Amino acid sequence: MSGCTGCEVAIADNYAGLLTLLDRYVDWVYDLTLADVRHIPEMDVALVEGSVCINDHLSVEEIRETRERSKIVVALGACACTGNITRFARGGQQNQPQHESFVAIGDLIDVDVFIPGCAPTPQMIRNVCVCAYLLLKGNDDQKALAGAYLKPLMAAAKCDPAPTGCGHACGCDLIVGVINQGLCMACGACAASCPVRAITMELGKPNIDRELCIKCGACFNQCPRSWYSFDVTNQYESIMETIDAAMAP
Amino acid sequence: MVQDNFLGNYTSCVAARSTNRGILAGSQDGGIATGLLAFALEQGIIDGAIVSMVDPSEPWKPMPFVATSPEELYFARGTRYSLSPNLALIKEATRSYGLDKVGIVGTPCQMQGLRKGQLYPIGLRDVPDKIALAVGIFCMENFPYQSIIQLVEDHGNTKLENVVKMDIGKGKFWIYTERGAVVQLPLKITHKYEQPGCHVCLDYVSNLADVSTGSVGTPDGWSTVFVRSKKGNDVWAKAMAAGCFETKPIEEVKPGLDLVTKLATEKITKNRKSLEERAKFGIGKGLRNPYI
Ligand code: SF4
Ligand code: SF4
Ligand code: SF4
Repeated sequence: MSGCTGCEVAIADNYAGLLTLLDRYVDWVYDLTLADVRHIPEMDVALVEGSVCINDHLSVEEIRETRERSKIVVALGACACTGNITRFARGGQQNQPQHESFVAIGDLIDVDVFIPGCAPTPQMIRNVCVCAYLLLKGNDDQKALAGAYLKPLMAAAKCDPAPTGCGHACGCDLIVGVINQGLCMACGACAASCPVRAITMELGKPNIDRELCIKCGACFNQCPRSWYSFDVTNQYESIMETIDAAMAP
Repeated sequence: MVQDNFLGNYTSCVAARSTNRGILAGSQDGGIATGLLAFALEQGIIDGAIVSMVDPSEPWKPMPFVATSPEELYFARGTRYSLSPNLALIKEATRSYGLDKVGIVGTPCQMQGLRKGQLYPIGLRDVPDKIALAVGIFCMENFPYQSIIQLVEDHGNTKLENVVKMDIGKGKFWIYTERGAVVQLPLKITHKYEQPGCHVCLDYVSNLADVSTGSVGTPDGWSTVFVRSKKGNDVWAKAMAAGCFETKPIEEVKPGLDLVTKLATEKITKNRKSLEERAKFGIGKGLRNPYI
């Protein structure tokens, strides 16, 4: 869709790991940039990068087709999840100046999983891919673990917790969703995760420079007080070992 | 492996103190965090650590920083009882500081943020695999810096710049000045100044750290140490073999693990209750519960 291809580059930034994913877990059936296939085929999982320009018929048609032909739709990256920087678009760009209206894919179709971030990180994409595979093909223990891992990313795609997941993200989610709710405990994870350094920690709380914020949603999703699963983190060692084993050369 | 609902998973628990007098002198208790990180740094297990030091511009104001030498680690000794957002540097440590093996000290909630960040590195590209050692501390609650000013200067009638040590223990908040005065405030005064986010915290002893440590459970000058993960066991065994710490079985010291369990149970039970109260905070409407 309307993205910068950074999300796709982030997949490739798994380097040898991408080859492992393709060798063992994934048949790569469609990709405008990398695969020589013209039309959207039937897919188990579609990773969608970019928001949808509703002034562009082809984009609208393709996002609809993607939903109809895929069992699981994953919004890959902030533009697909919540609009991100395309939320600032207002048209006037050559050679299609009338392309001015962009929406997150979830504004038009049901989305199953969010992978937020601008760009999403190679490790996050890897973890989701391995867990998605284990959820479908693993043994019972692996299914349970992978299911627990994916649960918050599936919830985010269904607007839970608000304010993120509702097709619109902002650094001010930290204010509305964490500080206003009496939940911030001054860890600083939000500041570390901001790709444009819009967040500084002032007296232990995030201070957001809203002029800098590109609306990627990384800060809120990285925050341990936005959503947090004890089921998952209490098993962090075994989950990371499982992923390492799945990716071992 | 012990699995405890309140104390988390751990392979061993001991009373310990550093054998390095220099470290012990400036530390709050047994000098475990500083001693372990200094050892890990010397051995190349980590090549730097995110710790908290006092901001040179204001008395007792903590700020996170990246220590890359044992000397720099020594700046970090002691407890400040106020917020130091150490995770704010977790990505930067691997960028402008160039660390490939990052050590970090943090509160239980920071350990939670760290592990969430390793499992879900949404904005933490290339960070998850570089976390080499996470040392967690015990934490009952924490205070914004302004609350410390309020407590020390207003309630304690003491200038913050004259304070040499603060401590919470025996049901009181203790303030020690450089001229030898000791001010004590009952904890019922301090409670309202706590950071609100601490009231939903369900971890007392850094259940997700590699090694966690705190003063509760052991006599003055000693620390209680939980060794938890594979990484934690590995570095702890090496540090013990190198003679960095003196230890005693936790069963042989007073007040021992029972007190740790008691405080952990109290904290977590109280905060579970506060989560329940939050759920019906309004009329037919509640506040958000972050735990899923
Ligand atoms: S503050 Fe930074 S991390 Fe948060 S939404 Fe804005 S750009 Fe993204
Ligand atoms: S990540 Fe969340 S809890 Fe941590 S400082 Fe930022 S807003 Fe507060
Ligand atoms: S009580 Fe919990 S939330 Fe508060 S600082 Fe300590 S570990 Fe963090």
